[in-house]
Amino acid sequence: MLSRFWNLFRRKRLDRELDAELRYHMESLEAQYRHRGLSAEEARMAARRDFGGAVAVEEAYRDQRGIPMLESLCRDIRFSLRSIRRTPTLTLAVIATLAIGIGANTAMFSIVNGVLIQPLPYPQPDALVAVWHTAQFQGITSNNIRLSSTMYLTYSEQNKTFQQFGLWHAGAASVTGIGDPEEVRALVVTYGTLPAIGVHPAVGRWFSAADDTTAAQETVILSYGYWQRRLGADPAVLGKMITIDSRPRQVIGVMPSGFQFMASDADVILPQRFQGNQLQPNDIHAYVGIARLKPGVSLAEANADVARMLPIWIDKYGTNGAALNAARFAPALRPLKQDVVGDVGRVLWLLMVTIGIVLLIACANVANLLLVRTEGREHEIIVRAALGAGWVQIGRQLFIESIILALSGGIVGLMVAYGGLRLLVAMGPMQLPRLAEVSINSPVLLFAFAVSVTSGLLFGLIPVVRYLMPKSLSLGDALHTGGRTLSLRRQRRDSRNALVVAQVALAVVLLVAAGLMIRSFNALGNVQPGFTAPERIQTVRISIPESEVVEPERTAQMQHDIMERIAAIPGVTSVSFSTALPMETEFEDNIVLTAEDQTYLPGIPPLRRSKSVAPDYFRTLGTPLIAGRDFTWSEIHDHRAVAIVSENMAREMWGEPLVALGKRIRVGRVGLWNEIIGVAGNVYDSGVDQPVPPIVYWRAGVQRGPGIPNAYVPREVTFAIRSGLAGTEEFIKRISEAVWMIDPNLPLARVQTLAEVYDRSMSRASFALVMLAIAGFMALVLGIVGVYGVISYDIAQRTREVGLRIALGAKGWEVRRMFLRRGLAMATIGIVAGTIAAFALTRGMSSLLFGVSPVDPVTYAAVAIVLLVAAGLASYLPSLRATHVNPVDSLRVE
Amino acid sequence: MPKEVLQGTLDLMVLRTLETMGPQHGFGLAQRILQISEGILDLNQGTLYPALLRLEQRGWIKSKWGISDNNRQAKFYELTPRGRRQITQETESWELTVSVMDRFLRKAATRKH
Repeated sequence: MLSRFWNLFRRKRLDRELDAELRYHMESLEAQYRHRGLSAEEARMAARRDFGGAVAVEEAYRDQRGIPMLESLCRDIRFSLRSIRRTPTLTLAVIATLAIGIGANTAMFSIVNGVLIQPLPYPQPDALVAVWHTAQFQGITSNNIRLSSTMYLTYSEQNKTFQQFGLWHAGAASVTGIGDPEEVRALVVTYGTLPAIGVHPAVGRWFSAADDTTAAQETVILSYGYWQRRLGADPAVLGKMITIDSRPRQVIGVMPSGFQFMASDADVILPQRFQGNQLQPNDIHAYVGIARLKPGVSLAEANADVARMLPIWIDKYGTNGAALNAARFAPALRPLKQDVVGDVGRVLWLLMVTIGIVLLIACANVANLLLVRTEGREHEIIVRAALGAGWVQIGRQLFIESIILALSGGIVGLMVAYGGLRLLVAMGPMQLPRLAEVSINSPVLLFAFAVSVTSGLLFGLIPVVRYLMPKSLSLGDALHTGGRTLSLRRQRRDSRNALVVAQVALAVVLLVAAGLMIRSFNALGNVQPGFTAPERIQTVRISIPESEVVEPERTAQMQHDIMERIAAIPGVTSVSFSTALPMETEFEDNIVLTAEDQTYLPGIPPLRRSKSVAPDYFRTLGTPLIAGRDFTWSEIHDHRAVAIVSENMAREMWGEPLVALGKRIRVGRVGLWNEIIGVAGNVYDSGVDQPVPPIVYWRAGVQRGPGIPNAYVPREVTFAIRSGLAGTEEFIKRISEAVWMIDPNLPLARVQTLAEVYDRSMSRASFALVMLAIAGFMALVLGIVGVYGVISYDIAQRTREVGLRIALGAKGWEVRRMFLRRGLAMATIGIVAGTIAAFALTRGMSSLLFGVSPVDPVTYAAVAIVLLVAAGLASYLPSLRATHVNPVDSLRVE
Repeated sequence: MPKEVLQGTLDLMVLRTLETMGPQHGFGLAQRILQISEGILDLNQGTLYPALLRLEQRGWIKSKWGISDNNRQAKFYELTPRGRRQITQETESWELTVSVMDRFLRKAATRKH
């Protein structure tokens, strides 16, 4: 067997030997005949006759010499390569079409794989869960209730199912003493969080229980990137002190390169310390829990364990158990991956399906091209069959050609995918989670290979089935090429037509999807967000930590001073600040709000969006005041209890904005009553594609009163600065100078325009839009090329007939109409089928749509018209060429 | 004239011919087999050369290039020791087959009478 295998490589020499041996045999025969008295010529003829077909001998001999299957496979591949090379234009067209289809699919799959399929990059990621709770407020269920510090203590002590358990939250911190003050991304964790994730620091250690107590030295773990960027990868960094939020912290570790906690990639990791006054009964639920389950523990068991601990927590910390029961407060643990990935799954799968459809269209196109080519090679195929090649052999060879084409398309497609991915990652669409984990790895390569082979089978099968049914060809046909039966020709034309109809139908589906997205995007763009000209609003977030300035009053005064300094910069129209600007969803705050004259169902009253704002906030943003007036500085200095509510909140509670004025509201059930002095216009605070939340605006500055343990001041605020200079470097420099005149230790964070924040809130829609538009465009082009190709080919086949018709007096337009009608007929059938399919399929994307129904008639009509016009053009253009041909010339063809 | 020569019989014939005649080239073998079979077995070359290759692959014969009677380059085949053993074995099994076949045929023939 081994020698046979080697023989595959020694073919040339062995062939030569065989030739020599056979020649010797033949010459000996010849000599024998001459000996018997025949002439030289006669002897040679006789020898030839005796010897039989030399080729057949060689074939039989070769089959014996090598491994017949492998050998003939190699031969088929060689033959296929030869015949592929003979039609370079067609080959290029096929490979290019496939490369785009396979490339787009591979790129999309690598995203789906990296984001959705691959496990999280932590050891035993399946055991990781996010600890949340669920509750119902006024009939609305929320699954995203966070943990309080007392819950953390209870769960840490009492749990039976967690191997490790910790809390975390993401935030910001300012670093001073290394160059300019810098605001860095901070991850604040309890000591169990990093061990739960299971990623060790590259150098140094994890936090210990002691790090979480106020007694110990304050510590910090750095990210690899921050250590490289700001500390020059100092190898002796452990034990060094860094000033974070004005307090010295000792560096105890550096995380490994590429470490990401959830979707955030923090610069510094700080230990969470719970101080005495935070461990109170009405503690805020501000922390996200993460746990690593003990081996073999299921999610249900862990949920049951937490449910068991809830009464213990209520007993120990005296939380209002009756209210929690009324709200059906319960644990809602879920796999950590779900939290990391978020809600992009639907968009990504939708896009994957969409791009898959593009590939189907591409395959249909390629199948059509190959059908045409196979038809052109009919003669060759029949001759090969007549010379003794079996149908299986010919079919196999055609098939191998298809697979070779598909694999070539796949290889070029991989390059397309690589380029496309680089582009996509550079665009950083909608802050896709785990984008860094997206790469072309072995599952992706396997996918590309599988897709290539599958598409090869798909488009390769059609010509084989169509042409190699033994009855569909006969030698007689081959010898009279002109005389192919009409019915046969029609049958083949039908299969080409069917492919084009399928292409058009698929294109309809994609174009409808893209059209719906365009309409949604349009609708989103037409939404009045509640503020004007966001590109002229510069934002800067400034926090004044307690460690920098302790007294609340002084903090409030500094914020006022900064605002006035900025207002003095030439070119500033107006300036104000707030705890969160519109669409700054990461800083959004929701509170329980009660109004004096309202009654509430038992349980916990609804949560409301809450912001603290300085005077001029509404003027700066361009939000109208519907009724009443704005806050004044004297109200802030005098600690007056006043508030402004949004129009929709006023309408919901009192029916009319004007009626709201003078009403009193408070936080929860213990706070100070605040008088409503104004009603502001609605703002799309969670993004334009989300419902408009009712908002309560408190005045900036210090708040005192029952329910607020100490005097409280919002320390992190975003300044909004309206100016024609917004976004320019010079302007930002002037702002930082203004801020540093008040305190040189304050870093500027979130330096951007409100338009950037606004665009980001549309990024999910725009990402889906761009991808669907690309897919739709590809589908349209491929579909049109399909129609054009089939009509052109048909015309080429019928040149003689066209010439005859014209010679017999048919008008050019009559002939053109004939072809046009055919193209339009195919398009119409495709459009009808596609519309039905789109009706069924676009319902799946309703969650992505905004202000448009999935069966929007405008979109459907537009798509139908575009496709009809395009198909009309695609069939009219080639017919123009046919009728301009001189009838005499066309009759000479064939 | 039987067109299809049983593979086993052709192998045995080639081996036997080489045993009796010594090293021989393909043409010579074909001639000899034709002669012995009294003109019945005019071997198709497409049968002979693959058969020779097969025997060589099994290690029963070996080949080398040499000079023929008429002073030409030709490929000569000769028996290997394993080939000789094979002849004994094949002969036995062939005789067995023949004797069995013979009985069948005789019975059929007698019934005809």
